Amino acid sequence: MCPFMQFTEGGRKYQCGFCHCINDVPPFFFQHLDHIGRRTDHYERPELSLGSYEYVATLDYCRNNKPPNSPAYIFMIDVSYSNIKSGLVKLICNELKTVLDKLPREEQEETSAIRVGFVTYNKVLHFFNVKSNLAQPQMMVVSDVGEVFVPLLDGFLVNFQESRSVVNNLLDQIPEMFADTNESETVFAPVIQAGMEALKAAECAGKLFIFHSSLPTAEAPGKLKNRDDKKLINTDKEKILFQPQMNIYESLARDCVAHGCCVDLFLFPNQYVDVASMGLVTMYTGGTLYKYNNFQVHSDGPQFLGDLRKDLEKRTGFDAIMRVRTSTGFRPTDFFGAIYMNNTTDVEMAAVDCDKAITVEFKHDDKLNEDSGALIQCAVLYTSISGQRRLRVHNIGLNCSSQLADLYKSCETDALINFFAKSAFKAILSQPLKTIREILVSQTARMLACYRKNCASPSAVSQLILPDAMKVLPVYINCLLKSCVLVGRPEIPTDERAYHRQLVMSMDVADTQLFFYPQLLPIHTIDVKSDAFPTAVRCSEERLSEGGVFFLANGLNMMLWLGVSAPPELIQGIFNVPSFAHISTEITLLPEVDNPYSKKLRSIMDYIQSNRPYSMKLLIAKQREQAEMLFRQYLVEDKGLYGGASYVDFLCCVHKEICQLLS
Amino acid sequence: MATYLEFIQQNEERDGVRFSWNVWPSSRLEATRMVVPLACLLTPLKERLDLPPVQYEPVLCSRQTCKAVLNPLCQVDYRAKLWACNFCFQRNQFPPAYAGISEINQPAELMPQFSTIEYIVQRGSPTPLIFLYVVDTCLEEEDLQALKESLQMSLSLLPPEALVGLITFGRMVQVHELSCEGISKSYVFRGTKDLTAKQIQDMLGLTRPLVPIQQGRPLQPQEQPPISSRFLQPVHKIDMNLTDLLGELQRDPWPVTQGKRPLRSTGVALSIAVGLLEGTFPNTGARIMLFTGGPPTQGPGMVVGDELKTPIRSWHDIEKDNARFMKKATKHYETLANRTAANGHCIDIYACALDQTGLLEMKCCANLTGGHMMMGDSFNTSLFKQTFQRVFSKDFNGEFRMAFGATLEVKTSRELKISGAIGPCVSLNAKGPCVSENELGIGGTCQWKICSLDPSSTLAIYFEVVNQHNAPIPQGGRGAVQFVTQYQHSSTQRRIRVTTVARNWADAQSQLQHIEAAFDQEVAAVLMARLGVYRAESEEGPDVLRWLDRQLIRLCQKFGQYNKDDPNSFRLSDSFSLYPQFMFHLRRSPFLQVFNNSPDESSYYRHHFARQDLTQSLIMIQPILYSYSFSGPPEPVLLDSSSILADRILLMDTFFQIVIYHGETIAQWQKAGYQDMPEYENFKHLLQAPLDDAQEILQTRFPMPRYINTEHGSSQARFLLSKVNPSQTHNNLYAWGQESGSPILTDDVSLQVFMDHLKKLAVSSAS
Repeated sequence: MCPFMQFTEGGRKYQCGFCHCINDVPPFFFQHLDHIGRRTDHYERPELSLGSYEYVATLDYCRNNKPPNSPAYIFMIDVSYSNIKSGLVKLICNELKTVLDKLPREEQEETSAIRVGFVTYNKVLHFFNVKSNLAQPQMMVVSDVGEVFVPLLDGFLVNFQESRSVVNNLLDQIPEMFADTNESETVFAPVIQAGMEALKAAECAGKLFIFHSSLPTAEAPGKLKNRDDKKLINTDKEKILFQPQMNIYESLARDCVAHGCCVDLFLFPNQYVDVASMGLVTMYTGGTLYKYNNFQVHSDGPQFLGDLRKDLEKRTGFDAIMRVRTSTGFRPTDFFGAIYMNNTTDVEMAAVDCDKAITVEFKHDDKLNEDSGALIQCAVLYTSISGQRRLRVHNIGLNCSSQLADLYKSCETDALINFFAKSAFKAILSQPLKTIREILVSQTARMLACYRKNCASPSAVSQLILPDAMKVLPVYINCLLKSCVLVGRPEIPTDERAYHRQLVMSMDVADTQLFFYPQLLPIHTIDVKSDAFPTAVRCSEERLSEGGVFFLANGLNMMLWLGVSAPPELIQGIFNVPSFAHISTEITLLPEVDNPYSKKLRSIMDYIQSNRPYSMKLLIAKQREQAEMLFRQYLVEDKGLYGGASYVDFLCCVHKEICQLLS
Repeated sequence: MATYLEFIQQNEERDGVRFSWNVWPSSRLEATRMVVPLACLLTPLKERLDLPPVQYEPVLCSRQTCKAVLNPLCQVDYRAKLWACNFCFQRNQFPPAYAGISEINQPAELMPQFSTIEYIVQRGSPTPLIFLYVVDTCLEEEDLQALKESLQMSLSLLPPEALVGLITFGRMVQVHELSCEGISKSYVFRGTKDLTAKQIQDMLGLTRPLVPIQQGRPLQPQEQPPISSRFLQPVHKIDMNLTDLLGELQRDPWPVTQGKRPLRSTGVALSIAVGLLEGTFPNTGARIMLFTGGPPTQGPGMVVGDELKTPIRSWHDIEKDNARFMKKATKHYETLANRTAANGHCIDIYACALDQTGLLEMKCCANLTGGHMMMGDSFNTSLFKQTFQRVFSKDFNGEFRMAFGATLEVKTSRELKISGAIGPCVSLNAKGPCVSENELGIGGTCQWKICSLDPSSTLAIYFEVVNQHNAPIPQGGRGAVQFVTQYQHSSTQRRIRVTTVARNWADAQSQLQHIEAAFDQEVAAVLMARLGVYRAESEEGPDVLRWLDRQLIRLCQKFGQYNKDDPNSFRLSDSFSLYPQFMFHLRRSPFLQVFNNSPDESSYYRHHFARQDLTQSLIMIQPILYSYSFSGPPEPVLLDSSSILADRILLMDTFFQIVIYHGETIAQWQKAGYQDMPEYENFKHLLQAPLDDAQEILQTRFPMPRYINTEHGSSQARFLLSKVNPSQTHNNLYAWGQESGSPILTDDVSLQVFMDHLKKLAVSSAS
C-alpha cells in the first residue's frame, strides 16, 4: 500500500500504481471516498499520504516466524604482539568502558537493548564469560581454529548495564593478560566465523567489531599470503589484486548475511594486509571498513576513537532485506553498495546504518507513459536496535518526458558521479583499468555530444557546450579518473586502492561528491565576527597564496595548508605559537585556544566533521615542506601527482571526442 | 588335612599366592585330566607389616633369556661365591658387593622367610603423582554441589607435591589452566570432534613452537616454566585456587529442551585427558579420575542419543543387535584404554546416576588400566563420598594404598609354561621360552602391565604343565615360579617385589591321592569363575554355563568315589566337598546371569570380580549369611531359604551389598517398640549387634557396599531372597508340610536338585 494506489468503486477496490492490477480492499481497511475520490482517512494514514513511512512487521516477516531477539555487538580484539606493543589494545579497552554506555537505544527507552560480548584472539580465540553474577570474568580458549565454535552461550552476550563490573574488570585485565605476549601470528576467517556462530547460537542479528593488525598467516582457514605484486599493475591481471585470494571469504560472507551478522573491520596495518580479501566480508555484510596505517596511539588515537564512537552509536538496522519495485516500462537492473545479492531482486544486508547508500541502476524495458510517470518503491525489512522487526517504505514518483532538453535540465550530476564511480569500481573486478578509463571518457563525451546534437542551440563546432545541469560533470569525471583506484601506479599501495574502492562502494551522493572533489576553504579571509561559512574555492594551486591559510577536507582526511607568509596573528591565534617556524607538523588536533580565530576554525572543522561517517585526521602541511606533496594530491584540478590530466587538459580531450562524435 | 590348610594359609600370608593344586601333576597329559587348570591367584602388592624393603638392586641371573632374580631356592656355593639359577641352571658369579656372604651371613633374599622380598631401586628422577579430575557438569544442582565438595575435600588428601589438573565437560570440554592469576582461563574443545594426541597438544599449546626470530623483538631471556605446568600444578601451590575454581563450577549452561538428555561429551573429554597426559607425562604414575552423572550423548564414544524417548540399551537390545552406538563407542574407549595403558596411566570411573551411564562401553578404560570403577545413584550419597575418600586411604606407613605403572613378569621352571592372566592388566607381548601357546585369559606373554594397583589387586595366572609323560621328574623334584613386580610406589620410589614359590611334583597315576589332598577348592572355584566371567564377556551366557557345568561334571567324575550308574554312592573327599556348591552359586551370580541386571551393572560386577582377592571373590560368589537370635551368639548360617526364620536377624554380605534382614517376629517387636523399654534391653542389644558388624564391613570395604536395612515382607528383602538357595519354593512348600524358613517364589532349581543332577551325570557311564 502506498500513495500511488487509486481507490475506486466508492473505496471498495483499488488499482495498483505499479502493475495496474485491480484489487479488493480488505474489510478492515475499507474507508469511504470523498468528492475527489480520495479516502476520507487520507491524512490519517501515513501510507496514503507520505512518501516514506514505517510499519512494525508482523511475524510473517520474521525469521522462523519468531519475533527477533535484540541485536548484539561482539568486540573481537586482536591481541597479537603488534597491537599490544602499539598500545592499541589498552586504548580500545579503556574506550569501551565509557562508550558502551552510549550504545544506541530507542528514544522511549532508558537503556540500550543491545547485548555485548568480548573475544580476543591471536592464533587462537579467547571467549569471555562476563555473566553478571561472576566475581571475575572467565576466559575460554578455543584453539580448534580449523573448525571454530562457540564455547559458551550463557554469559557471553550480556547487557552492559547488568554486567558492568565484570566487563570493566575484564577490560582492565585484557591489556595486562597479554602484556608479555610474543605471538605475532593471527587468524582472521575463524574470528568472523566464531562471531557469526555466536550470534547464530544466540538467535539474534548483530555486529562484529574486529580490531585487526596484520595479514592472517597462522595455519587456519582463510590463511592469506602476501600476494601484492606491483608487476601486475596496468596489466590485464591487475583485477586479481582486487579480488579475494580465496573463496572462503565469499562463502563466509554469505553465511554471515544469512545470519544477520555484520562485520565492521578496523585495520591497523604496518604493511600489506590484503584489504581486498580481508574487507570482503565487511563489504558484503554492510559493514564499515576502517584503516589506520602505521597506527600510533598519540597521533591516530583520536581519529580511531572518533570512528569507534561514531560507529557504536550509529543507528543501525539489522538483518535487512531490500526490494525495489517499479511501475511498468523500466526496472532496476543493478545494485551497488555494501550489500549481498542472492538473486537479482533481493538486496540483502546483514546490517545497514545511516551512512550506507545503495545505488540502483534502472533501465527501460518498454516505453514509459508521460501521463502516469515512473513510480519507484523501495521497501526495506529490518530489525531495529531494540529487536523490533520493521518495514520501511520509500516511494517516489517521477515525471517522464520525451524531450531530451527536459531530461538534461533535470539531471543531477552528483548522483551521476556516484553512479559512475560505483560502476567503475565494480568493473575493476572484471575489466582492465585501461578499458574502464576509456569507457568513462567516452561516456562523458557521448552524453555531452548527445546534448550538443539534440538540445543545444547551433554554434561553432569548436565551441564546447555543456548543459547547465552538467556543467561540473567533466571536472568530476576527471577527479574520478584521477582517484587512486583508477590510477595504476606502483607508488600507490594496493591496499590503499582496495580500501578506497570499498569505501566508495557504500558512499552516498554527498560523500562521493566531497570525496572526489575536496572542499578547500580559505581561512585567512574569514570574518571572525560573522557566522557565515567561508566560500569554498576551487581545488587548484592557482588559488593558493603564500600569505594564506587553507583548510581542505575530503571526508577521510583534513589538511591545513599554511603559506610561508601567513599572517602571524592567525598563526598565533590558531596554534598559539609565535611564528610559522614554530608550528609543529606532528599535531593532529588543534590546540584549544581562546580566541576568535581558533574558535572559528574549530567550529568549521567540527561542522564539516559532524556530517561525515568517517573521522578525519588533521594533517598540517606547510608550504614548501614534505607534507605539501600530500596536500597537492587533493588539488584535483591540477595535474595529478601520479599522472592524470589537469582539468583544462581533460576538458580539451573530452571536447576532441565530442567533435569526433559529432562529425 | 589340617596341614594342607595351614600350608595354604601360610603361603598366602607370606607370598600372596594361592595355587589351585599344591602338588603338581608331573605330566602334561595328567595335568589336563585334572580338569581345573594349574593356576594361582596372585596379590602382587599384598600388604605385609613384616616386610621391610631392602635398599639395593636385585641380583639377576646372567642368562639373557632368563634374568631370574636370586632367591632362596637357588643353590649357593658360598666359597666360590657362585649361585645357580633354579630356573635355567645357569651358574652365576655374585656381584662384588656380596663378597662377604657365608652360610651364617646371608643376604635377605636367600633366607627362606624372604621368599617374597621388596627392593627399592634408584632409577631416574622421581616424578610426582598426577591426578587429573575429569568432571561432568551435566548434573543436577544438588549432585554437582556434592561432587564439588568431595573434590575440594580430596585436595587435602593428596600429597602436597602431587600434580593435579581439572577438565570439565558437558556439551563442550574445558581444560582449565591452573597457573594464571586473576582471570580464570580454560581451553575449550568441541564435544563432537575427536582429536589426535598431537592435535590436542597443539591446541593446548603444549608443543613448543620453533620461535621465529623477528626483527626488533627482544628475546625472552628468562627460562620458561615447563609447558605442561599450566594445566597440572602441585597441590600445595594451587589448592586455594583450585578450591575456588571448583566452587565456581556451574552446571553446563547449554539449554536442554524438554524430552532431551543433556549433551555430554564424555568420549572427547576422556580423549583429551588421555592426550594431555600422553604428551606431558608418559610413563609416570597418573590417575585420570572421571566423574560422570549420565551416559555420553554426543561425539565419539556416545552411548545413547539425546532423545529421552529412546532408552539406553538393555541386554535385550544387545542380544537383538539393537544397540546402535555400542560397538563404535566400545571401540573408542578401547582405543583410549590401550593408549592410556601404553602410557602407564590409569582411568577411574565414578558413575553416579539413577539410569545407566555407559559403563558397559567404558569398562575397558578401568579394566585395562587397573583403574577403579564405582557405581552409585548420586554423588550426594555416602556411598560415593566414602568410596571416593577411600581411594586416598593410607596404609600403616602413612603411604597411599596405590601403586602405578607396574609390570608383572612371571618366570617358571622348565616343566611349566604360562597360559595367561586374568585381572586388571594388559599384555606386554613379551614372548619367551616360558610362554605357552595355549592361551587362557590374556596370554601369549610372560609380562603384563598393571597401570594402577592397590594391596588387594589380585590377578589369576594360569599355567600349563608341559613335561611329557615319558620324561618323569625325579622323586622330590620341585617346580618353581617367580613373580617379579616392578612398580612406582605412591612415595614415587621405584620398587621391585619378587616372590618365588615352589611346589612338589607328583605322578598323577601313582600318587593321585597326594594331588587330590593338595587341591585348594576355594581358589579353584575363583580361578574357574574368573575364566567363566572372562568367557562371558565375549560368549553367549548359556554357552558359558554349559562349559562350567561340563567342567564340574568332569571334575566329579575324576575325583568322586562312586559306583557306576549309582548316584547314591557318589562321594567327594573333603578337599572337594564345597566346590560344587560354589559352582551352584556362581551359576546364579550376576557375573554370569544378566537377567535382572542392566549391562552397566553386569560390567560393574564383573569389573570387581576380576580384581578382588580370594576372600572377597568368594563372598561375591557365595555371599556370607550371619544369624543373630536369642538362642545363642551370632553364627554363620547356610545361605539357604531355610535360614530365614521369624525370630532371627540376618546379616548378608554379598560384597556389593550389606543386607540386614529382620525376621517377621523381630520386625513386629521392633514396631511395638520393645527395644525402647528398659526391661527388654537385651532386644535392643540384639538389634544393635548386626548393625555394629555391618559397620565394621562398611568401614573397610572398597568400594563401599550398598547398605540395606530391611525386614520380612518388604520389597528390599528381595536382595536377600534372590541370593539364598531356594530350598523351599512355592512349588514344594506344601509337600514339606511344616513351616521352617521362608519360601522363595522362583523356578530356579535348588542346591539339592542341582546336586542330585550332578551326581546322576557324574556316575553315568554314558557321559
